[in-house]
Amino acid sequence: MGEIKLVEIKEEILSDNQELADALRAKLTKEGTMLVNIMSSPGAGKTSLILHTLSALKGELKVGVLEADIESTVDSEKIAAQGIPVVQVRTGGACHLEAAMVQYGLEALDAVGLNMVLVENVGNLVCPAEFDTGAHLKIMILSVPEGDDKPLKYPLMFSISDALVINKIDYLPLSDFDPEAVKARAKALNPHIKIFTVSCRTGEGIEAWITWLKDRWRDFSTSPKERR
Amino acid sequence: MHELPVTEAILKIVLKHAAKNNAVKVACVRLKVGRLCDLEAVWIQNYFTYLSRGTVAEGAKIEIERLPAVFVCQNCGEKYEIGADEPITIGCPHCGAKEVEVSSGREYVVSEMEVY
Repeated sequence: MGEIKLVEIKEEILSDNQELADALRAKLTKEGTMLVNIMSSPGAGKTSLILHTLSALKGELKVGVLEADIESTVDSEKIAAQGIPVVQVRTGGACHLEAAMVQYGLEALDAVGLNMVLVENVGNLVCPAEFDTGAHLKIMILSVPEGDDKPLKYPLMFSISDALVINKIDYLPLSDFDPEAVKARAKALNPHIKIFTVSCRTGEGIEAWITWLKDRWRDFSTSPKERR
Repeated sequence: MHELPVTEAILKIVLKHAAKNNAVKVACVRLKVGRLCDLEAVWIQNYFTYLSRGTVAEGAKIEIERLPAVFVCQNCGEKYEIGADEPITIGCPHCGAKEVEVSSGREYVVSEMEVY
């Protein structure tokens, strides 16, 4: 064997997905479709928050939903029951969505002409944070029963999200969950994160979330397309 | 982190650069990974060993350098690091302010490799 040689590379490991995500975001921006990536642990309330959001935006915006799960179509059946265009992407064991899967899902959804597409990512606080899906907005949900230590355990998810929705606040009296501690911990990782406290069961706090989301839509739809 | 697709991406980059450099064997691959990215070195190595079988990268050793997370305090301007083995703590160690910005720590890069 010959001389050993050092090869300098400096290449981003996730660059394939990143390039595809950037291209997808640019295409959707041009088409006027805002893509919203919703992430959380299993059972934190992604589908419930989506259902509330759909009902609040009904008649105002054309919204579609992309559901991702490792198995089953139970979530997409709930959305379809509301008469909303929905596509289920089965990730085939993968624990997160990648931009290629989202692109495939959007084609199946026939998303052109929709104002907004809500993407329900696979329930997982780890991998979805690492993979850009091409979304314009990244939303994470943390539910009270999961505990207030989650920003310490999954810092990346909190640091990349535009908004944190703390769900199931109706459980607070039964819990030692400290919402202020979560807010401080999340802000320490991401000072710009917008935080909402809601209960998808009682509807408490949902209005503030919807108002913020509508504002984001207004910013998106009125800003020059090349600068979005 | 999902180590398997990540390792597939690493192998793809390694094989591309190995071909470009007419390498007959890859001895070692060096990664730089920020403190804010999760990674288990043992799984990256195991998957790499498995995936690279029959390629010029078969048997290559993966060396991972963890880079610190760097924060900048929005109150006093203090720039501080949290090392690879340190827990992520909250607030500026200088003034205690909670408003801090992540300056780096999300790197995920194949930095270099040794080839024959």
